[in-house]
Amino acid sequence: MIYVIYYAFIMMALGMIFSAIRFVKGPTAADRTIAMDTLTTIGVAALVLLGYMFHRFIYVDVALVYAVLGFIGVIVIARYLEGAL
Amino acid sequence: MSILEIIGGILLVIGSSFLFLGGLGIFRMPDIYNRLQAGTKATTLGGMSLVLGVGFLETDWIWKSLIIIIFIAYSNPISSHALARASYHRGHYPYIKSKEKEKMDAYREVVPHTKKEEKEDKA
Amino acid sequence: MIYFILISVLLLLMIAASVYSIIQKDLLYAVLATGIISLILSILYYLLQAPDVALTEAAIGVALTTIIFVITIRNTVRMEDESDKKEKFKSAVK
Repeated sequence: MIYVIYYAFIMMALGMIFSAIRFVKGPTAADRTIAMDTLTTIGVAALVLLGYMFHRFIYVDVALVYAVLGFIGVIVIARYLEGAL
Repeated sequence: MSILEIIGGILLVIGSSFLFLGGLGIFRMPDIYNRLQAGTKATTLGGMSLVLGVGFLETDWIWKSLIIIIFIAYSNPISSHALARASYHRGHYPYIKSKEKEKMDAYREVVPHTKKEEKEDKA
Repeated sequence: MIYFILISVLLLLMIAASVYSIIQKDLLYAVLATGIISLILSILYYLLQAPDVALTEAAIGVALTTIIFVITIRNTVRMEDESDKKEKFKSAVK
C-alpha cells in the first residue's frame, strides 16, 4: 500500500514540475493562469493524500477551502483580461 | 487486505496518473485552447478519482470527500469557460498547421476580429 | 527522510517563485506567482502540523490577495515603468 502512495506522490510532483515550466515559459497571460489553476487542483489532491498519510480528519478542511476558493482568482483574472471587470 | 483497500488503491493510481497527464498536457500542447482542454478535464478526472480513493481507504471520510468532489466538479469547468471566453475575446489565434492555408482563411472569415498570436502578450 | 526531501523541494520552489515575482516586469504575472507562493506556503504550514494557520493562509492568499491586486492593476498600470527610474527616485528622495 505504501508503494501506491509513493507512486501517487511522484506522479503529482512530476505534474507540478511540468505546470511550473509552462508557468515560466508560457507566452500569453491565459497560459500562466491555466498553469496556476492546474497547480491548485494538484495541490488539493496532494493535501487530501497528505491528510490520509497523517491520519488526521481535520486536515481535509484545508483542501476543502482550497477547492471552494481556488477558482475565484482565476475568474477575476479572466474578467480582467476580457476587459469587463 | 480488504476489498475497499484494493478499490481505493486502484482509484489512487488512476487519479495520480491523470493528474500527471494533465501536467504533461499543459507542457506539450501547442496553443491556449488545447492547453485549457488538457489542463482542466484531465485534472478534474484525476482529482475526483484520487479524493474518492482516499474516501474508500478511510471510510469515515467519505462524506467530506464527496463534498470536495462536488466543489471540484463545479469550480473547474467555470474557470475553464471563463478563461476560454477571455482568450477568445482577446483574439488569440488557434493553432493550425501551415499546410492547411485555406482552413486558416476560412477561420479568419468566420471570426474576423482574431489576429495572429503575438510572441509576448502585452496589455 | 522523505519529509526532509519534501520540505527542501518545497522551500526551493517557494524561493524560485519569489525571485520570479520580484524580477518580473509585468505585474499581473507577479500576482500569479504570489498565488503559487501562497499555495506552497500553505502546504508547508500543513506539513509543520498547523492546519489552522494553513486554513487562514489558503483563504486569504488564494482569493483576497489576488482580487485586491487585480483591481489595483485595473485602476493603475499593468507594466512596470523602467524608463525614468532614477529621476523618479531622486524626486521621491528630495
